[in-house]
Amino acid sequence: MTAISLKPKGSREADNPSRNERPKRPLNIWLLVRVAIVLCGAVMMVAPFMIMVSTSLEPNTATLPNPPHFLPQTLTSANYEEAWTENNFAGFFGNSAYVSVLTTVASVVISSMTAFAFARFDFPLKNFMFSLLLAGLMIPGIVVIVPQFVLAKSLNMLDSLEGLVFFYTAGQIAFTTFLLRAFFERVPRELDEAMTVDGAGILRKFLVLYIPLARPALATAAVFSFLGAWDEYVWALTVISDATKRTLPLGIAAFQGEHSTAWGLVFAASTLAVIPVIAVYVAGQKHLIAGITTGAVK
Amino acid sequence: MTSQGVLRKQTVSTPSAARPRKPGRGGASRTPSHWWVPWAFAAPGLILFLLTTGYPLVRSLQISFYKWSVLPTQASKFIGLDNYVRALADPQFWTSVVNAGVYLLMSVPATVALGLFFAVLLQKKMPGRTLFRVLFYIPVVTSWVVVSLLFKFLFTTDNGAVNWFMTDFLSLSAHAVPWLEQRWTALIAISLLGIWKNLGWCLVVFLASLGGVGEELYEAAALDGANAWHKFVHVTLPGIRGTLLFVLVLQVIGAFNVFPSVLLMTNGGPAGSTEVPLTYMYKQAFSFLDFGYGSAMSFILAIFIFVVSFAQFKFFGEKKEALR
Repeated sequence: MTAISLKPKGSREADNPSRNERPKRPLNIWLLVRVAIVLCGAVMMVAPFMIMVSTSLEPNTATLPNPPHFLPQTLTSANYEEAWTENNFAGFFGNSAYVSVLTTVASVVISSMTAFAFARFDFPLKNFMFSLLLAGLMIPGIVVIVPQFVLAKSLNMLDSLEGLVFFYTAGQIAFTTFLLRAFFERVPRELDEAMTVDGAGILRKFLVLYIPLARPALATAAVFSFLGAWDEYVWALTVISDATKRTLPLGIAAFQGEHSTAWGLVFAASTLAVIPVIAVYVAGQKHLIAGITTGAVK
Repeated sequence: MTSQGVLRKQTVSTPSAARPRKPGRGGASRTPSHWWVPWAFAAPGLILFLLTTGYPLVRSLQISFYKWSVLPTQASKFIGLDNYVRALADPQFWTSVVNAGVYLLMSVPATVALGLFFAVLLQKKMPGRTLFRVLFYIPVVTSWVVVSLLFKFLFTTDNGAVNWFMTDFLSLSAHAVPWLEQRWTALIAISLLGIWKNLGWCLVVFLASLGGVGEELYEAAALDGANAWHKFVHVTLPGIRGTLLFVLVLQVIGAFNVFPSVLLMTNGGPAGSTEVPLTYMYKQAFSFLDFGYGSAMSFILAIFIFVVSFAQFKFFGEKKEALR
């Protein structure tokens, strides 16, 4: 195993070169059929979002338009302005950003340390501890939501954004550690030994050798942690009751519950919540997919 | 696929025993210089994990044996297995289990089949391939809150988009269907949301796996005169069976854990008829503050999920051997 294999760069070219070189089949009609079917599927995926964005850009009406508008007929930014200012979605957006960014930083830092210990050393109870972490991946979070609530209460973490960060980070640890450990194990031992010859201690090796080499995996862990925290709803619903401490999902759901017909506003807030997700997704697509398929592809 | 080459190495190298090690070689020795060095690195993560997952799991079991009191002034009463007995005799609990089963049957096969279908179509080069993959994946990264409210809106009875599509566009139905106001149609709507949201995840996992099926196998099959369907059944499916099992097990677990979509689309209504185990458990715990009963139900569900997952591995694992 060489250092090259640590970097996903260049693997695009490795994507079945034989397939690209193969001469074009004369049956181009099949290509057309394939594109047409996939296009239909993609339209089904996107159409709900088009209706969502259109509704958010149109004035609120008492009855819904029939047929539904896939593109807005009359443009207004009123829903966005009202959601942002009067309904405090600016505050919810800020809360979500604060919680998600802190969760991302904390879970990447903590899990890279834990993963490093598992990948680099042999120590007593190591395999037992790692099995526990893996078991944690299998347990649906909701099974422990009652005792977690009791715990959050005794730690004074109800109605606290930092409390959310604490539990979101903890919830990511098992997955990100699992992900990063596999990556650290592939760091060539020759490099580690070379640093020993240069007199480097273990902390220096961790910071100068292992962390930089694991950048792709760290990015994967960061994308997962961010999206996980940004989209989370059930735990926030359980522990946050102060309306000023709501995150975006909580704010959107609560607003829809209180104003069941103000769909333009609900969808303006929803669109605002989805934009960062799409930005992070498009920017980190490669890393996200690396994370999803870890463990699945054998 | 962008990084499957790396990925496959990554997953292959996961079991640490699989790589040959030269023990005791200089500074790269796996024995730490001091016993506490690995613990110092691992401690923050392990403590956090044990505190928020390990300890609550034990605590959850304990709470489930009590008539738990949320008030600190009132003592909780040990009632043994009463909460479990109560759940198994509670018709509403069974309704919720049946609903989760219906949701599973309506959503999981369709999600997996469609995910595989589109993955096969997208596997070969075509214009806009990357864009298509991105579009299919957007529902996956979107919050359950946003998509659940969006589907609630689409399934509105009066002038909802789905009713417009059914009555005016396809002329399938003469009158508007009150989708979310009756049990079975509401479960259909919730299942459609499940399919729509999870399809992209299945697609991406299958795409990664399809790239690993040897090209030479397809070429050999083509020489034998196999058509596209034969290639799919005899080369593709056996080639990705491990991934297929993985996707299926995770989707089944996900179906038993269906929660925010039901909470936000019907809230278990009308009259509790669309309740699923997690919405019912959540209400018992946090609306009626019956923590003991809620914990007992979540344990029953966890054991059930564990047994079903194990059975799937056992069943498909043996079938896998037979296919060889």
